[in-house]
Amino acid sequence: MKAVEKTGKTVDDAVSLALKDLGASREEVEVTVLDEPSKGIFGFFGAKMARVMVSLKNGPSQRATNLLKNILRTMQMQVGINANEKDHEIQIDLEGSDLGLLIGRRGETLDSLQYLVNLSVNKNQEVRKKVIIDIEGYRRRREETLQKLALKLAEKAKQRGRNVVLEPMSSQERRIIHTVLQGRDDIYTFSEGEEPCRKIIIAPKK
Amino acid sequence: MKELVEILAKALVDQPDKVVVDLVEKDKSIVIELRVAQEDMGKVIGKQGRIAKAIRMVVKASAARQNKKVIVEIV
Repeated sequence: MKAVEKTGKTVDDAVSLALKDLGASREEVEVTVLDEPSKGIFGFFGAKMARVMVSLKNGPSQRATNLLKNILRTMQMQVGINANEKDHEIQIDLEGSDLGLLIGRRGETLDSLQYLVNLSVNKNQEVRKKVIIDIEGYRRRREETLQKLALKLAEKAKQRGRNVVLEPMSSQERRIIHTVLQGRDDIYTFSEGEEPCRKIIIAPKK
Repeated sequence: MKELVEILAKALVDQPDKVVVDLVEKDKSIVIELRVAQEDMGKVIGKQGRIAKAIRMVVKASAARQNKKVIVEIV
């Protein structure tokens, strides 16, 4: 864990010096006050500076961001990384130009990247945090597309009175479709086949 | 390219100091050989090669930028 020790007139001063050194923001670090500042007599004799120890937090979102930073650096990509940690998941948004390559066909590359970051972040951890990586709102747009597709195909299944088989999708994408078609009384959904070729079937209820 | 494989592998294994990556250049393609500690093999291959596949996918995306064909082999 990276840590620096700094002194300053006030605790805040010392902390901001340390943050500058670490190139980190206040949320990314832990601060331990080693010495409280005191003015001393006449603000002169025996005056003591504040001394703090500032160390980088090594939480899961930090590890995920660092790993992504390193990966993207070797790819020579200029990407902004924005991590948002919640109770059970970490949402990471990547922003930049020309990131289509990182998404890949139907998000294949993005899914691979997400999978690897997940493995690394949760390696030997007691509490697992799900890491979700999105690039320029790709996942959100894809979700809307899938929802529309689901509704259209549900209509088709109902009209023809026959099963409609969708193409293979990841569990995340299948969940979106199951969710949007949940609780209908005209059709129902289920999945068939083995990963990674598991696919959804929309069937009319009789 | 070599560095990318190294970063990915080191992030996955328990013994990062045992990760060795070699690069063998051929006419049109680059072969990247990845070696890890015996106990860490599973961590870079995964069930039915799922992790290896993901590593290759990310490396392929990176290689596409440089117009080169890259093969990642785990030895």
